[in-house]
Amino acid sequence: MKPFIHVALATATALCAGGIEARAAWEPVRPVEFIVPAGTGGGADQMARTIQGIVTKHNLMKQPLVVINKAGGAGGEGFLDVKASSGNPHKIVITLSNLFTTPLATGIPFNWKDLTPVAMLALDEFVLWVNAEKPYTNVKEYVDAIKKAPTGTLKMGGTGSKQEDQIITVAIEKAIATKFTYIPYKGGGEVAVQLVGNHVDSTVNNPIEAVAQWRGGKLRPLCVFDAQPMAYSEPIAEGKSWKDIPTCKSQGLEMEYLMLRGIFMSPRASKDQVEYYIELFKKVRATPEWQDFMKSGAFNTTFLTGPDYAKWVEAEEKRHEALMKDAGFLAPAN
Amino acid sequence: MEELANLFHGFAVALQPYNMMLMLVGIMLGVIIGVLPGLGGANGVAILLPLTFSMPPTSAIIMLSCIYWGALFGGAITSILFNIPGEPWSVATTFDGYPMAQQGKPGEALTAAFTSSFVGALFAVVMITLVAPLVAGFALRFGPAEKFAVYFLAFCSFVGLSKEPPFKTIAAMMIGFALAAVGLDSITGQLRLTFGVTELLNGFDFLIAVIGLFGIGEILLTMEEGLSFRGGQARINLRVVLQTWKELPAYWITSLRSCLIGCWMGITPAGATPASFMSYGIAKRLAKRGGNFGNGEIEGVIAPETAAHAAGTSALLPMLSLGVPGSPTAAVLLGGLLIWGLQPGPMLFVEQKEFVWGLIASMYLGNLAGLLVVLTCVPIFAAILRVPFSIIAPLILVLCAIGAYSVHNSTFDVMLMLVFGVLGYLLKKCNYPLAPLVLAIVLGDKAEEAFRQSLLGSQGSLGVFFSNGLVSSIMVLGLVALFWSAIAEGYSRLRTAVA
Repeated sequence: MKPFIHVALATATALCAGGIEARAAWEPVRPVEFIVPAGTGGGADQMARTIQGIVTKHNLMKQPLVVINKAGGAGGEGFLDVKASSGNPHKIVITLSNLFTTPLATGIPFNWKDLTPVAMLALDEFVLWVNAEKPYTNVKEYVDAIKKAPTGTLKMGGTGSKQEDQIITVAIEKAIATKFTYIPYKGGGEVAVQLVGNHVDSTVNNPIEAVAQWRGGKLRPLCVFDAQPMAYSEPIAEGKSWKDIPTCKSQGLEMEYLMLRGIFMSPRASKDQVEYYIELFKKVRATPEWQDFMKSGAFNTTFLTGPDYAKWVEAEEKRHEALMKDAGFLAPAN
Repeated sequence: MEELANLFHGFAVALQPYNMMLMLVGIMLGVIIGVLPGLGGANGVAILLPLTFSMPPTSAIIMLSCIYWGALFGGAITSILFNIPGEPWSVATTFDGYPMAQQGKPGEALTAAFTSSFVGALFAVVMITLVAPLVAGFALRFGPAEKFAVYFLAFCSFVGLSKEPPFKTIAAMMIGFALAAVGLDSITGQLRLTFGVTELLNGFDFLIAVIGLFGIGEILLTMEEGLSFRGGQARINLRVVLQTWKELPAYWITSLRSCLIGCWMGITPAGATPASFMSYGIAKRLAKRGGNFGNGEIEGVIAPETAAHAAGTSALLPMLSLGVPGSPTAAVLLGGLLIWGLQPGPMLFVEQKEFVWGLIASMYLGNLAGLLVVLTCVPIFAAILRVPFSIIAPLILVLCAIGAYSVHNSTFDVMLMLVFGVLGYLLKKCNYPLAPLVLAIVLGDKAEEAFRQSLLGSQGSLGVFFSNGLVSSIMVLGLVALFWSAIAEGYSRLRTAVA
């Protein structure tokens, strides 16, 4: 334990020293609102509260960081609030895929370009899960089983409607030319439990939402919707690790999907202000608590800022538009 | 009895001086949070969560769960004194608690509420201790159809047993359903009834509706009646606690029934709100003095409070063993668990014994500590009613406004609260019952969601609600409750005919 504390202290000191020049330019003069465009207890909320905890514990900000949930209208409430706070540098927002899906599906007057991009913190993986009691142990057996069942009798559970889970579901349907009945639930944890109780036949839960049930021997992961397997090789259940889950692509299920966990701030922010938050999140990422959090949720830890980040978001917006158009999810106005 | 050994180990953990201190701090904070309407347990826990990251997980969860207990106790205070329920499950407490306070018996009502809360919670904790492994899996059998059946039962047991004219009850309930439908339709992902107003994206929050309907509506009514507040002669000494305790054992059947309803509803992740309404509705029908419910019957306070706390406490079981939060507060606690590196789920009871049993032990001790704290304060709370109305009313108004604002940090909600206040006043003047309206706002969208999820799964066949023993029996119970009066009448006619 002791050497660990020394390392942590040394890191913290080094970071503080490094932060001084950046802080000289601009720093918050009143509490910063950290908007979560989703409900309490979900993935984005957990991440925001972890960040809040890390900032408080390591004293990374002079002003408090206050997490506020604005979940209404699939997150639209939160995004519109930040959009309306033009020129207020004391407001940041954590995003998930609803940054794209909510305006596209509901037609609310919002686009990510209304906000100022700060940084991509991580990407959340999606895994195809089935109940462990079911006979199929790999994607092929599962696809065969789907094809044998009458069309539409197999149920896919997911979080929300016309959001990431349903987009992936539609993509799977396309890839294997079949139809699921998609059933939307309020939260990812609930979806995983519905799968354990056999009320749905499969889900595309994020790792952190289903890991407890996997470890308890209730669920089985079939494949991950990423270009390469996840990086974490520590055994989780039955001697298998996140790394051992094959990519869906390698199993003949042509689909890749990662969800943005990134930070934006209110419109018309100055360069100094953006720089301040980028430095802040660099410090957050260096803490052991953050690394533990990344590991527990098997996150993809890509970090992007500036033009790279904006470019990534832009490409992703186009992709969502195409995917949602294919699926017929666009709001009539668009 | 491995569980018992674990529990005593848990007590040893919870009784460490540091943890005891956190427990008391938590209860105090919780009561304050509970008294401020709108702030609520979930927000309180969320605000304080980051403070606990530097503590060991067991100490942190003890403090946070004590804030939760404190908030539960605190919620009853405003319900009884001012007719403003701070939490959804306190609504049913106002039906008889507030009339009692107006009749000069706030001390009795508060004592009954606190004691019943304690009894309900204790019953649930004992159940968790003894049968946790057995019942933990029960929640898994609840798919959308089963959930809808439970909501259906809650609606039916409340409506079928109501003494109000049925058309007024149904009209009030329909207004509630219409309000609950505003916002995002979670099944299709489309916005409904928002008319392009972005403030309505979130729909009508229950708390704002209730603060307005009950709190502001009540102030308007009292103003009309000439600024008199009838709690003036409240006895304010601790003897009232003992006197009330002497009366309570007579209601043991109601208590036990409410405990069972509460535990069952808590484990089936339906939650504390339907439990409190259902328990109140059934007590109204079965109690000897049920006909007088709504006019300040102590049993009408005991039934909902016991059930709500039994449900609130047993809801922690599915949270720990399955990772499904039974309430918004439980959801925040769940986030906390993950941050401390604890994964709720089937393995938690096996891998984190010290944590789980420390938490369970703290439920016993936290509830006991909470009961002592709030009971000693009963005279102080009751004395608030002695303050002249012209002084207290502006204070309540400010409190209501702060409460409504703090739900979403939005001034729009404060306006909305005032509108609901006027609506509440009008409905009361026209003798429309407010309870069915509130019930529909709270459970309407959940019931709708479960109903449509079930039909999606069954490809549109209503047979899904009678597809297995569990869901059929709940539905049949619901139908019986709905047509209870007709059935009872038919039965008595049959008996007369035979005789």
